[in-house]
Amino acid sequence: MANERYTEDHEWVRISGDIATCGISDYAQEQLGDVVYVELPEIGRIVSAKDEIAVVESVKAASDIYAPVSGEVVAINDSVEEDPETVNRDALGKGWLFKIKLTDAGEADELMDDASYEDFIQGLDD
Amino acid sequence: MSDTPPTTPLAETPLAGLHARLGAKMVPFAGYSMPVQYPLGVLKEHQHTRTAAGLFDVSHMGQASLSGPGAPEFLETLCPGDIVGLEIGRMRYTVLMNRDGGILDDLMVLRMADNAFHLVVNAACKIEDFAHIESHLPAGLSFTPRPELALVALQGPKAAETLATIAPGVDRIAFMQSAQASIDGIDTLITRSGYTGEDGYELACANDDIERLAERLLAFEAVEPIGLGARDSLRLEAGLCLYGHDIDTTTSPIEAGLIWIIPKHRRTAQAGFPGAARVASEIADGPKRRRVGIRPEGRAIAREGAAVLSTDGQRIGAVTSGGFGPSVEGPVAMGYVQPDHAKAGTAVLLEVRGKHHPAEIVKMPFHPHSYYRGQ
Repeated sequence: MANERYTEDHEWVRISGDIATCGISDYAQEQLGDVVYVELPEIGRIVSAKDEIAVVESVKAASDIYAPVSGEVVAINDSVEEDPETVNRDALGKGWLFKIKLTDAGEADELMDDASYEDFIQGLDD
Repeated sequence: MSDTPPTTPLAETPLAGLHARLGAKMVPFAGYSMPVQYPLGVLKEHQHTRTAAGLFDVSHMGQASLSGPGAPEFLETLCPGDIVGLEIGRMRYTVLMNRDGGILDDLMVLRMADNAFHLVVNAACKIEDFAHIESHLPAGLSFTPRPELALVALQGPKAAETLATIAPGVDRIAFMQSAQASIDGIDTLITRSGYTGEDGYELACANDDIERLAERLLAFEAVEPIGLGARDSLRLEAGLCLYGHDIDTTTSPIEAGLIWIIPKHRRTAQAGFPGAARVASEIADGPKRRRVGIRPEGRAIAREGAAVLSTDGQRIGAVTSGGFGPSVEGPVAMGYVQPDHAKAGTAVLLEVRGKHHPAEIVKMPFHPHSYYRGQ
């Protein structure tokens, strides 16, 4: 089963050891529409949770992506820069954006789990 | 486009029910609730219009009738275009000018008869435009807003063959010509025009009939409903101005690269339209800035407001419209720059989120027009 955690800004994070893989939620990609440009952070950048870290643009608009957790950017997904539509096709899989080496392993626990996030987006649509 | 405060109740077009049934995502635009996209999505809607035919609800735009002796001469006191010389049944793109030589709105003027015109103006400007026209109206002329009329656009390479099956002969009129047709008993005023760079038509009919007309057109395999999102990317690739963004009350037609809308005999300070002196002096001495096309080299999108810099980092202008061009398969922009940087081929920088991205001044359109000019 999925073990993603979600922010209120619709980023997801998946923890493996001290590495957090991050992307935008399926709901977010659907709201954005066709993604045509992705700008990713520099590897090595130190970020705090909620820092602006990336940009995902659709034909309509640019959306800032915030770091879901604090730490050091240790990897970015070059392939979404080449083929931004991957974010639409597979937001939680091949459409991941960057990986952060966690400063505080417990930080992600404060984010929403699947069920809470479902409730959260239900509330937005009402 | 004007942003509407959330407290203002939004108006609806007569196609609101159809948009809901089609699954449109609605957004506020110029005081109306309008479809920004349908389930197809902006990218595919754009591509569908370029390869088949798209149907756009543009009923929010302002339509009006002007008639009476001297109507053409009266319009020439407000607009720099050649209205007196416009043939009956033909339409012209022109602008309403202010005294400072700025643009109050851009509009379409269709000559219905010697002394009768049909006007189509922008939704966001229609109240002010109509008040402006009425306040200058000479005795003996009659000006009538036509809120009882709706408007749709059918655009794309399959628009002509599609529409001709229900309005025979409409494929033979040329770009900027008009026809009147009865489509399934619906009285329709048709012009071969649009805002996408594609061949196509705009069709006006009574509010009460528009849903039936729209559904008749959507029943064709080639036709998909298209929202404002794709309308914007289509017009941007076509290099067409969006009022309130690429032209406004401060930009002159010369700065905007619209000298072609002014006939030679009206390019003088004595031409009799508001702001003629500024227009004449800018023609003689050159304007302070020029509207240009800008093609970023990379994939980063420079949107409205992005600074345009010379290669040595001096600010030389700003982007007024920018986005991703689906047919160009990359970012495109237009904006104003100082005249010495306005030549096609000039290298510039675009500032996006603090970073400088190389770009080039280019000729517009970004995507070639495919208007039908007749035999």
